Amino acid sequence: MDNLIDKALVRKVASLARLELSEQEVKEFTGQLCAILEYFHKINLLDTEGIEPLAHCLPITNRLREDQIQPGLDPGQALKNAPDRDGDLFKVPPILEEGLGP
Amino acid sequence: MKVQVVVGLEIHVQLSTQTKLFCGCPVRFAAPPNSLVCPVCLGLPGALPVLNKKAVDYAILAAMALNCQIASFTKWDRKGYYYPDLPKNYQISQYDLPLGKAGFIEVQGDDGGIKQVRIRRVHLEEDAGKNLHAGGAYSCVDLNRAGTPLLEIVTEPDITSAAQARALAVELQRIVRYLGVSEADMQKGHMRFEPNVNLRIETDGQAFRTPIVEIKNLNSFRALEASIRYEADRQVQEFLESGQVMTSGNKTTRGWDDVRQVTVLQRQKEEAEDYRYFPDPDLVPVVINTSWLDQIKALLPELPLRRQIRFVQQYGLSEYDAGVLTSDRSCADLFDKAVEAGGRPKRVCNLLTQVGLRVANERGCSVGDLGLSPVNLATLASMIEEGKVNATSGVRILEQMIATGQDPMTLARSMDLLQIADSSRLESIIDQVLSMQQKAVQEACSEGKKAQKAFNFLVGQVMQATKGQANPTVIAEMIRKRLGGA
Amino acid sequence: MLDAILQMDCLALAEAIRTRQVSSLEATSACLEAIDKYNQKIGAFLTVFQQQALDQARDVDRRIQAGDKVGPLAGVPIAVKDNICTTFGPTTCGSKILANFRSPCNATVVERLMRADAIIIGKTNMDEFAMGSTTENSAFGPTHNPWDLGRVAGGSSGGSAAAVAARMCFGALGSDTGGSIRQPAAFCGVVGLKPTYGRVSRFGLVAYGSSLDQIGPLARSVRDCALLLNVIGGHDPKDSTSVPPEIVPDEDLLARLDQPIDGLRIGLVKGATEGADLPIRQAIGRAVDTYRAMGAEVVELEIPALDYSVATYYIIATAEASSNLARYDGVHYGYRSPAARDCMEVYTRSRAEGLGKEVKRRIMLGTYALSSGYYDAYYLKALKVRNLIRQQIFAALGQCDSILMPVAPTTAFSLGQMAADPLKMYLADVYTIPANLAGIPAISIPVGLDGAGLPVGVQLLGPAFSEGRLLRIARILEKGAHWTCQVPAGLTV
Repeated sequence: MDNLIDKALVRKVASLARLELSEQEVKEFTGQLCAILEYFHKINLLDTEGIEPLAHCLPITNRLREDQIQPGLDPGQALKNAPDRDGDLFKVPPILEEGLGP
Repeated sequence: MKVQVVVGLEIHVQLSTQTKLFCGCPVRFAAPPNSLVCPVCLGLPGALPVLNKKAVDYAILAAMALNCQIASFTKWDRKGYYYPDLPKNYQISQYDLPLGKAGFIEVQGDDGGIKQVRIRRVHLEEDAGKNLHAGGAYSCVDLNRAGTPLLEIVTEPDITSAAQARALAVELQRIVRYLGVSEADMQKGHMRFEPNVNLRIETDGQAFRTPIVEIKNLNSFRALEASIRYEADRQVQEFLESGQVMTSGNKTTRGWDDVRQVTVLQRQKEEAEDYRYFPDPDLVPVVINTSWLDQIKALLPELPLRRQIRFVQQYGLSEYDAGVLTSDRSCADLFDKAVEAGGRPKRVCNLLTQVGLRVANERGCSVGDLGLSPVNLATLASMIEEGKVNATSGVRILEQMIATGQDPMTLARSMDLLQIADSSRLESIIDQVLSMQQKAVQEACSEGKKAQKAFNFLVGQVMQATKGQANPTVIAEMIRKRLGGA
Repeated sequence: MLDAILQMDCLALAEAIRTRQVSSLEATSACLEAIDKYNQKIGAFLTVFQQQALDQARDVDRRIQAGDKVGPLAGVPIAVKDNICTTFGPTTCGSKILANFRSPCNATVVERLMRADAIIIGKTNMDEFAMGSTTENSAFGPTHNPWDLGRVAGGSSGGSAAAVAARMCFGALGSDTGGSIRQPAAFCGVVGLKPTYGRVSRFGLVAYGSSLDQIGPLARSVRDCALLLNVIGGHDPKDSTSVPPEIVPDEDLLARLDQPIDGLRIGLVKGATEGADLPIRQAIGRAVDTYRAMGAEVVELEIPALDYSVATYYIIATAEASSNLARYDGVHYGYRSPAARDCMEVYTRSRAEGLGKEVKRRIMLGTYALSSGYYDAYYLKALKVRNLIRQQIFAALGQCDSILMPVAPTTAFSLGQMAADPLKMYLADVYTIPANLAGIPAISIPVGLDGAGLPVGVQLLGPAFSEGRLLRIARILEKGAHWTCQVPAGLTV
C-alpha cells in the first residue's frame, strides 16, 4: 500500500488545523500518522452496505427552547480571560489574509 | 458577439427573533461591544448550544413562502474555518439536509410579467461577530452579533440582468417583512447579498461561459445592482483579452469597492477551501411533522406580488397604487377588509395611501398599528362616495379617526363637516346668494365668454355661504336649474 | 478515628455526618491532610480548595446541628476532574493553553453536587483535554499510581481515580470518552461508572469527542456510584443531548440496589479476552465463577464488529476533537503566543506552544479524517461501522442482562512505557471503547490484586439507560468478590 500520508500532506493538514509544526514534528507525525491511518483503514474492509451513518446514539429529536431572553455575561466577564483587549473589544494582531473566512 | 449575464444569488436574511439561534442572548443593533454575549456565543469551553424554536418556525414559514419542499428530517452541521469573529472557529449551519429546497420566487420581470427564479436551498445558520479593523496595527472583535439567526437563501442561476437581481432582492425584502420573519432593514445589515456572476457569450457560432465570480458581502440593493453591472462589463473585457473560460477550479472571489465602484480580486477559490463539514454532535436532529407544518402553513399569507396583481385585476387599482398598498402587509390587510365591509376600492385606497401610510410613516409604525377598524374605514369611504362629506373633509376625518379612535360619522358631526343634504335649506341659501349677486346672474345667463366664469363664481359664493358643507356638484346642478327656469 | 473515617464510603460518611457521629470538618480535614501528605508524590490534584472546603464543611456541620434539611452528599468531600467547569479556581483540562482559564459558570454536575451539599475539595489531574490513558499527557506532570508510584494511574481521569484510591476524597467525577473513567478506576482499584450517553448533562464539560463524552462517578463502592449518579444525573435543558424525563424517568438508583436478580444471564464475548494478560483473564474467570455461584447463567456471545471498534472510535473521536479544539486559538481566551505578529501566527503559534503532542496528534488525525478527499473513507465510513457495532452490541444485550469484559488488557504499567508508540496505546482501549460507541452504560469494578500487588478490575456493560439494573449486577460481583476498595499498600492514612 502507498503511504497514506506524506510530509507534504502532514504540512497541509497542519495548516488546515492552524498548527505550526517544526521539521522534527513533521517527520515524527508523518511516520506515526502513517501507521495509525493504515490501521484505521481496516474499517474499509467491513461491509456496511445498507447501514446508515450514525452520528448520534440518542433516541431524541427536536430539543428546542422558547425565544426568551436569558441573562448573559457583562463585557467585564466576557473579556475576563482575554489575552488582550481594547476597551470592551477583543484585540488581536492584524488580520493579513483579507477575505479569508467563509 | 452576443452576451448574456447569468447570476445566481446567495442571500443572508437576519431573522427577527428576540434571542440568538443557540442561546438566550438578545439580538439587538448597536449595543455596547460584547454586552450581548454568554458562554455559548463566546464559544467558551463547556458551553453547549440549544436551538431557538422561533427561528425554526420563521425559517419554515419563509421556506414555504418561497415554495420550497420542507425537509421532514434535518440536522445541524459544523462548517470549520478560522476567523477571529467566529469564536468556536466553526459555524453551526446546515450542509446536506437544508430545511427547504427546490422552491421558487416570483418577481416582476423586465417586461412587467411574472418571472420565476428557482430557489436551490434555504437553510438556517448562525451569524459571526464583527471584526473592526483599527488602522492596520491590530484588529478588534465584537461578538454581539455572533449567533444571530440567519436564513441563507440560494437561488439557481436563473437571473439574467443586474436589474432583475435587484428586483428579486427587493421582492424578497417585501416577502420576509410580509411574513414578519425579518425587519429586513438594510441599514442594519439585515440583508446581505453574494451574487455569483458569469457570462454566456456567443461568438462565431460558438458558445462560451466566462469564469464564475462570487462578489462578497453586498449590503445594499444599489451595490448589488451596480456590482453585477460592473462585473458583467469587466468579464466581457477579460474574455476579449484572455479568452479565459469557466473550469471547475477557476471560480474567484471579489469584493465590491463602493467608493471606486469596482470589484476587486480577493482570492482564487481553488486554493483550499476545506470547511470539513460534519454533523454537530452537540445538537439533535429536527423532525418536522405534518402537524408542525400545518401550524406554520396557517400563518402563510397571500404573498405581496400575488396580492398586488389581484388588487389590479379585482379592484381596478393602478399598478402604482397596488404596489404602494401591498408594501405594508397590515395596510393591504386593512384594505382588503375595508373593501369587504363595503368600501369602494378606489376610495379606500386613496384614504390609505394619502393618510394611513403617511401617518404610519410619521409615527414609524405600520398602518396596522394605527388602530383603524375596517368598518369605520369603509363607512368613511362610503360617506365620501355618497357626498355626505367631501374628499378634503374625508382626509381630516381620517386623521381624527386615527387620533381619537372615534367613528367617522360622529367625527363629521362634531367637526361640522357634514354636507348639507337638506335641499330646502340649500334652496334658501341659493335664493339669498342669487338675489344678492344680480350682476353675476345676468352674466351667467348671457351667451358671452363670461357666462361660465360668472356661473362658477355663483357656485363658489354658495359654497362659501355653506362653509363648504355642501356638494359643489349638487349646488351647480341646482343653480343651473334655477337659472334655466328664470 | 481518622483512619476509621477514611475507610468509609460516601454513603456511610454522609450517614455518619447527618447523624453527627462524624463532622464534615473532620472528614474534610482528613482528606486535606492526605492531600498534603501525598499529592506531591501522586499528582492527583491540580487545584485544592482548602479554605473554601473547610468553610463549606463548617457550614454543613452548623446546618446539621441546627436541624436543617441537608442534601444526600452533605459534608462529603468530592473531587472534580479539571475538564469540568467551576467558577472557583481554574479549569485547565490539563493543558497549558487553558492554564489560566477561569470559567464564568459551573458545570451542571457541579451545581448538582453543590445542591446536594457535597464539599468540592479540588480539581483533579488528567491527560490534556482527556486525550490519553495514562495521565502522562498532563501539562502539569503525570499522576502516579497510589499502588506503585512508578506506575501510571491510568487515564484520562487518572487524578480522580488516584485521589479516591489514596483517600484524598471520598468520591470523584471523571469523564469517559473511550474508557477514561473505567480504565483508571481499574488501575487504581476503585469503582468507575460511565453512564448512558445522555444521562448526565455535559453542560460545563469541556468537550473532547462530543458524541462519546459522558461524565460519571469514581468511588469506593458500587452503591456510591449509584448515589453520585442519583445526584448528577437527570435532564438538563442546557444540554440538547440530555435525555428528557419522558424517555428516562428519574429513579432512585439506591432503592433496589441490593435486590437479587432472578434468572440473571451474564454474557461473555467469544475470543474477547485473548489479547489480555493472564491476571486479567483470571479475574474474568473468577467473576464468572462468582456469578455462577450466585445462580447466574453464562452465555457466549459473538460481536464480530468489535474488532473494528478502536479504528472507528479514533476516527470519530479525533474528528470531533479537531473541531472542538479549534476554539483554542489565543484570540478570545487562553494562551496566546507572545511571538505572534499577525492573526495567523496567533493561531498557529499559540496552538503550537499551548497544546501537547498527543493533542496535536489527534487534531491532525481528526482534521485529516474530515478533510475533503478523505471524509468518505474515514469519517463517514466510521459512522457506518459505529452503527454496525452498536446494532451488534444491542443484539448481544438482547441475549443477556450484562456483558462481562476486561477493562484493559493489562494492569497498571510503568510510567513512560507506552509513550513512544501511540498506536499501541490506542489499541489498549479496545475493551472500553465499545460502550462509548454504542452509548451504553458500563462499570469497572475492582475484584482483587494481581501477583505484583496491583489492582485488577473487570467491566460490565448493560443496555442504554439500564443503570439501575447494571448497578445491581455489579453489586452482586462486588459482594461476591469479597474485595472492597482497599487502601493501597504503602500508603498509610
